[in-house]
Amino acid sequence: MNLKEINWKKYSLTGGIPLLIVIFLGIWPYIGPTYYVTLFTYFLLYVTMAIAWTIFSGTTGYISLASAAFYGLGIYAAALFGEKMPLIFVIFIGGAASFVLAFIVGSITLRLRGIYFAMFTFGLVVLFKEVLLYWEITVKNIRGYFVVIETNNTIYYYLFGICVVTVIIAYLLKRSKYGLALQGIGENEEAAAHTGINVTMVKILTFALSSFFMGACGVVMATKMTYIDPQIAFNPLMSFNPALMSIFGGIGNLYGPAVGAVLFTYIQEKLMTGSLKNYYMLIFGAILVATILFLPNGLMGLIQNVWKRIKGVKRAPTTG
Amino acid sequence: MHLLQGEKVTMSFGGLTAVSEVDFYVDEKEILGLIGPNGAGKTTLFNLISASLKPKSGKITYEGKNITGMNPYQICRLGIARTFQTVKTFGSMTAIDNVRVGALFGQPEKPSSAQATKDAIELLEFVGLSKNTYSPARDLTLANQKRLEVARALATKPKLLLLDELMAGLNQTEVAEAMDDIRQMRAEKGITIIMIEHVMKAIMNVCGRIIVLNYGKKIAEGTPQEIINSPTVIEVYLGEQSNAGSK
Amino acid sequence: MQQFLNIFIGGLLIGGIYSLVSMGMSLQYGVAKVFNAAHGEFMMFGAFLTFWLQQNGVNPLVTMLVVAPVMFIIGFILYRTVFQGIRTRAANPGVFESNAMLAAFGFYFIVQNIAVRIWGSTPRTYTFLGKSMSIAGALFNENRIIAALFAVAIGAAFYLFLNSTRTGKAIRAAAQDTTTAGLMGVNINFVLALCFGFGAAMAGVAGSLISICYSIYTTMGLGYTVIAIVVVTLGGLGSIPGSFIGGFILGVLGSVVAYWQPGLVVASYYVIFIILMLLRPKGIMGK
Repeated sequence: MNLKEINWKKYSLTGGIPLLIVIFLGIWPYIGPTYYVTLFTYFLLYVTMAIAWTIFSGTTGYISLASAAFYGLGIYAAALFGEKMPLIFVIFIGGAASFVLAFIVGSITLRLRGIYFAMFTFGLVVLFKEVLLYWEITVKNIRGYFVVIETNNTIYYYLFGICVVTVIIAYLLKRSKYGLALQGIGENEEAAAHTGINVTMVKILTFALSSFFMGACGVVMATKMTYIDPQIAFNPLMSFNPALMSIFGGIGNLYGPAVGAVLFTYIQEKLMTGSLKNYYMLIFGAILVATILFLPNGLMGLIQNVWKRIKGVKRAPTTG
Repeated sequence: MHLLQGEKVTMSFGGLTAVSEVDFYVDEKEILGLIGPNGAGKTTLFNLISASLKPKSGKITYEGKNITGMNPYQICRLGIARTFQTVKTFGSMTAIDNVRVGALFGQPEKPSSAQATKDAIELLEFVGLSKNTYSPARDLTLANQKRLEVARALATKPKLLLLDELMAGLNQTEVAEAMDDIRQMRAEKGITIIMIEHVMKAIMNVCGRIIVLNYGKKIAEGTPQEIINSPTVIEVYLGEQSNAGSK
Repeated sequence: MQQFLNIFIGGLLIGGIYSLVSMGMSLQYGVAKVFNAAHGEFMMFGAFLTFWLQQNGVNPLVTMLVVAPVMFIIGFILYRTVFQGIRTRAANPGVFESNAMLAAFGFYFIVQNIAVRIWGSTPRTYTFLGKSMSIAGALFNENRIIAALFAVAIGAAFYLFLNSTRTGKAIRAAAQDTTTAGLMGVNINFVLALCFGFGAAMAGVAGSLISICYSIYTTMGLGYTVIAIVVVTLGGLGSIPGSFIGGFILGVLGSVVAYWQPGLVVASYYVIFIILMLLRPKGIMGK
């Protein structure tokens, strides 16, 4: 009886439920109204960004605030190459460019303490915006770029594909020995190094991997924007959103960031179109602070604790 | 050729010289003790060997190869493992995963996942933690966490093991068990050991040779018998007390 | 030669304000270990407070007497209510640092939103001491000179405070080793809150001084936070004198770059940051 229970839970959480979700999302554009297809596009975007962020920052504890830089790089890749080649190639270019950028940034700052990394990534977005503004206005004398347009459904399915790939890779990584290494680094980096883990390389490569997906997202979303410039492409909010969503949802497993992303995107939608739209930043900030203070393990952590307590109560009588 | 040799190893932090021109060596299958008052530079010396720190000057060689300035993970894969004064297990991981990390990353030849698990189970049994195989490391008692750290270190298949105050915080029974474990490691696995300790009973009974540090300098070296009878050592450990008593 | 003096002295003048704002951040990070990403927002808030008071007839220099205590109280309360709570719940210092940093980001959003709601997004300006004065043949507005002098004076005063008063000693003790300081009888929670409050006050006053010389806008904070970050790293994380010196260095460097290519000033700060990371992360006076 006991054995059967364990298997069910494991398979449904890692097999059954995700499969159902994938199927549902796959046919959604054909059954859902247009407005909701766009909404779900944003769900997919933020789930991907949040999970990509968690792959590195959730495990090692090195908080990256550069997500917007990679996303923006993808946007620019779409602007520069979107007309010249099929979107799928541009996605790889955007992803690869982000990978290289992350590799460089990581090589410079991941050898040092986490705070330097956070500071550096924090300013990176501002840096890109300033440099590109300068480049465009002063050197090239242009203002922004126009991006090739794709249909809503195309955009949806590309993001869907990126999301699925991101989740699968995140899952495989977590279960591989590198997942263990990342956890070790997050727990106690010095011990991890002395146990044979090349911590610098693991950090740099994982950081670069996570950024690939962010760049890919940028490429696809650019086609929705039609016009882009440095201010649009490099928006600090895109750095905070994945972090906030993941922390709110809980970084212990992959469901956390996903749940956080969906919830927040939904709240964001409601806020932007409602009467509170001018207070959207304030509400986000307040939720972030409240989450840090009261929900350190995120929503998923809270649910897990509650679940454990319920199960605990059920067990007590039998051992008495 | 000594297994590990240090020549005029020096380390300073700003104005403070923590380790001053220390020469040391350890031969295969030896159990070397490293003692001295608090702040004498013992853990710093370990940090220099395991590459947590880079010496200001001096050279450290292992099996004839110069290892000064390498990275910690390289030192580990060469065959030098260590434990820490403040236990550094991976708290949120299970005991077996802690050990598996060592097996998967620290060995000179990378094993398969299945082999790593097998090694881990064996090592948990060796240190007596089989019952706690799937417990999160942070739920273990201090003595068990120390055992876990040792198991993790052993999983990297080291030739040389650095134990930093393994006995700290252990009661009498646990100390005796630890002493047996150390002897067993040498006997069964052929591991050379350097141990920092304050528990004199352990040092005297387990070590074949002892080095004494004080204020970063090596002030004595010899068998336990020689060290106990050395006037320099006695003064370092008891001298100030005698002075205080005579005032 | 004259051009060089222009650039150099101009850099020193703005550098004085950079020093002040960076010392505040150094205090918050170096002692309280909070990477205050909202530091620039406190500066912006101080600038706008001064602006508002000035519009109501108060001499901007006098407004600092209001801005400093107000920002101090805000910072103090913020620490006691939020960061202290994070500190007690954090499993280890590393977790505290990242959580505190994220919470500070939360405040970045909150403070900026509040400011935008009150004052809008358009730049504001007022004139104060707009006449020019010459130093070594270079012409500068009086307000820039006054601002720099005030910044230096406040910085020096704080440095004296740190080194000669009991509270200053407590702060320095806490900066070196919080736990031991606590064991030695220092009321750590109070001292850390003090530091955070002082840091916020310095940011606010720096903002007041900025408003005297330049136009201000509600999104100006982020730029100054980045500057503070670079200065603090340049001077050495946790070293207040280091931040003081670093501010002037960065001011001059920025002035040089601004003369050559104004659009690349922020980028140049970054290049400095990169060079520091590669060669000497400890900075000039870091421990």
